[in-house]
Amino acid sequence: MQPAPSAEPAAPNRPKVGLFATCLVDLFRPNVGFAAVELLEAAGCDVDAPEGQTCCGQPAWNSGDRKGAAEVARRMIEVFEPYDYVVLPSGSCGATVKKDYVEILRDDSDWLPRAQALSDKTFELITFLTEIRGVEGVNAQFDGVVTYHDSCSGLRSLGVKDQPRQLLSSVDGLRLREMEDAEVCCGFGGTFCVKYPDISNRMVSNKTDNIAATSADLVLAGDLGCLMNMAGKLSRQGRPVKARHVAEILAGMTDEPAIGEPQRGSEKRK
Amino acid sequence: MTAEPKSSQFKSAASEALQNPRLQAAMKASGGLAVRRAAAIAEIPEFEAIRDAGRDLKNHTLANLDAYLLAFEEKALESGAKVHWAADAEEARAIILKIVGRHAKGPEGKARVNKGKSMISEEIGLNSALEAAGHHVLETDLGEYIIQLRGEPPSHIIAPAAHVSKPDVEADFRAAHTHLDPERTFPDAASLVHEARHVLREQYFGADVGITGANMLIAETGQGVIVTNEGNGDLSQILPDVHIAVASLEKVIPTLDDASTILRLLARSATGQSLSSYTTFYKGARRQGDLDGPKEMHFVLLDNGRSEMLAGEFREMLRCIRCGACMNNCPVYRAVGGHSYGWVYVGPMGSVLTPNFVGIKEGRHLPNASTFCGRCQEVCPVRIPLPGLMRKLREAEFEQKLSPQTARYGLGVWRWFAKRPALYHRMSSIGMRALNWLSGGHGRLKRLPFGGGWTAHRDFPAPAKRTFMAEWKARKAAKSQGDDQ
Ligand code: SF4
Repeated sequence: MQPAPSAEPAAPNRPKVGLFATCLVDLFRPNVGFAAVELLEAAGCDVDAPEGQTCCGQPAWNSGDRKGAAEVARRMIEVFEPYDYVVLPSGSCGATVKKDYVEILRDDSDWLPRAQALSDKTFELITFLTEIRGVEGVNAQFDGVVTYHDSCSGLRSLGVKDQPRQLLSSVDGLRLREMEDAEVCCGFGGTFCVKYPDISNRMVSNKTDNIAATSADLVLAGDLGCLMNMAGKLSRQGRPVKARHVAEILAGMTDEPAIGEPQRGSEKRK
Repeated sequence: MTAEPKSSQFKSAASEALQNPRLQAAMKASGGLAVRRAAAIAEIPEFEAIRDAGRDLKNHTLANLDAYLLAFEEKALESGAKVHWAADAEEARAIILKIVGRHAKGPEGKARVNKGKSMISEEIGLNSALEAAGHHVLETDLGEYIIQLRGEPPSHIIAPAAHVSKPDVEADFRAAHTHLDPERTFPDAASLVHEARHVLREQYFGADVGITGANMLIAETGQGVIVTNEGNGDLSQILPDVHIAVASLEKVIPTLDDASTILRLLARSATGQSLSSYTTFYKGARRQGDLDGPKEMHFVLLDNGRSEMLAGEFREMLRCIRCGACMNNCPVYRAVGGHSYGWVYVGPMGSVLTPNFVGIKEGRHLPNASTFCGRCQEVCPVRIPLPGLMRKLREAEFEQKLSPQTARYGLGVWRWFAKRPALYHRMSSIGMRALNWLSGGHGRLKRLPFGGGWTAHRDFPAPAKRTFMAEWKARKAAKSQGDDQ
C-alpha cells in the first residue's frame, strides 16, 4: 500500500496536492516534475508525489484494453484519494484521469463514484495554478523568443489555451511568437508514432516547419510526449530550436539542458 | 457485396501516398475548405446552438427511425413515387438494374444513365454493376466525371477528385474529348470547368434514366432533397423520363423545418458557403399539367448495416450529414489522402463507418491510424464523438483478439508492471539508466532498441540518470533526515 501522503499535517489553507508526475516525466524528464513542485509550492500548496503512482493507464485505454485500463485506474484512484487535489504536468494524462476514468469504470458501481470524486479534484498543472490557485504571474526570467504548441488533449479536452500564455507573459524577457497551426497535432499520439511512423513523420515535419518559421529559440508545450516528438525531429533536422516543458520556464528551472540536449558535467539542480 | 474494400492495406497505401509528389501537391491545393468553413462559422454567433439543434434533431429521428421512415413512405407513395426497400447492396443494385432495364431505349436493351453525385451509389458499387449490364453511365458532377474518366474511386465525400491536380485533369480531358480541337489551351481551372460543362450539357438530353442520391428525405412531405453547386443533380433528375433516388435509411428527417436546420449546418461545414448554389426539393413523378419532371420516380432506401448500427454502440455515427468537415480538418487525412483508406468513406467518418460496414478485420487500421487529436469532433456539425467511436472500435478489435500479437504482449507486460509500483520504479530506474548510458552523454539517441519506428525519422531524447520518483524519494529521505537531527 502507499505510504501516508505527508508526514506533517497540512498547514491551514495549504491544500495537500498529490503530484502525478506521469510516466514520461518520471522516466525522461524529472526536471519537469521538480518544476511542477516549485510552482505548486510557490502557489501555496503542500506537495507530495506518492510512490504508488506509475502510469495513468492511457496506453491500455487507447489500445482498446478496457480491462487493463480499469485495473490501472483503480490503483491510481486509491493512490491519489488521500489528497485535496491531484495535479499532472500533462494535458494528455490529465484528461485521462479527469475525463476517461469515469468512462473506463462506467460499469463498475463501486468504483465509479470514486473515479468521479478523483475527476473533480484532478487538474492539469497550468490550469490548476491559474484557475484554482489564482496565480496571475510568475517570478521567472528567460531572455529569448519562444513559441507555444497547443497539445491536443489539453486543448480540446481540458481547455488549456490562454492559461499558459497568460503566465508566460509574466516571464521577464520572454517574447512569445505564435506559430501557424499551433493547434494542429504534432503527430505524437502515443503508440501512433511508432505504429504509423511515416504518417507521424509527416505531421511532425509540418510542425517543425511551422516552429522554425517563427525563428523562435525555444518551443514550449505542456505535454512531454509532444515535446520529445518535436525535439527529436528538430534535432534530427539539425535545427537550432530547443524544446522545453512550459513548467520549466515558468519555474525558472532552465539549468538542465533542453530536451534531448547533451548533459552538462554533473547533475546540478537548485 | 458492397464496393470492394482495400482498407487492410492502409499502411502501405498511406506510405506510398506520402511519397507521391503529385498527390501531395493536389492535397495542398485542396486545403482551403477548412479555412473557408472556419470563416463561415465565425460569421454566425448562433452556430453552436444550431449544432446542438442538429444533434438533437438527428438523435430524435434515430430514436424513432421506423416511424419516420414509414411516414416518409406513405407521403412518397401519395405523391406518385414508388418506394423500394433494400436490405443490402446486392438488393439495391438488383432493384435499380431492373428499373433501368425496363426503361432502356438503346439497342439490345442498353440504357443511358445520367448520375448525380451519390455516395450511396459508390457504397453499393452501382456504376460497375450498371456497366457490367451493358448500360452507359455518365457522372455529371464535375469531380465525379473526372474520376470516372480516370477509373478511380472518390477520395473525398464532397470533393471526389480532391486528389487530382489541374495538369492531370487537363491530360484526362485531352484523352477523353478527342472531338475537340487538340490545339486548345487551358489557361486556368475555369477553362477546364467550361469544357466539362460543354461536354456534359450535350449529353443531358439523351438519358433514359437519371440516378441521384438524397441529402435528406422529409417524412412530413415525402420529398427528397439534394444539395449541389453545379446544378447537375437537377438536370439529371428532371430531364430523363425516370428518376431513381438512392438513399440510406438515416437520411430521413421529420419536417421541412428540420431540413432548414440541417441545411444551415451542411453548407457552412462543407464548403464554407451559407447555402449551396442549388438546393432542390423533389417529390413524386410529373403530374398532369406539370411542364417538366420525370414520368416515373423511385426511391430506393438502403439499409446495408444501418439497422445494426442503430441498435449498437455506433448509433451516433448515423447522425452524420456527410459534410466532410472532419476529413478537411484531419491531419492524417490531409497527409495521406482519401484513397489510402481503401473504401468509399474516408477520413475520420470513414474510420468509423468502414470497419462497421466491411468488418473490423478488414478495416482495423483505420481507427488505429489516429492520434485522437480531436479536431474532427471539434468541427463535426452534429457533434459526433469520432475519436470515442474509434476507441470503441479498438476495443472491439482488442476483444476479438485482432490486434497484433506484439502489441498485445507489450500491453500485457506494461499492465503487469503498472500495477506493481515498487517493481515498476525499480525496473524503470534500471532501464532509464541504461538508456542514459547508451546516449553517451549526447542527450539523444539516433537509434533505439525496439524503437525503429521512432528513430527512423527523429532522435530519441535520452532520459536523465535518475527517474523523477527515485530522485524525489532521495530528496525526501534527505529532508526528513535533516528534520530528525
Ligand atoms: S462525421 Fe460529422 S464532420 Fe464528418 S462528414 Fe459526418 S457530419 Fe460531417
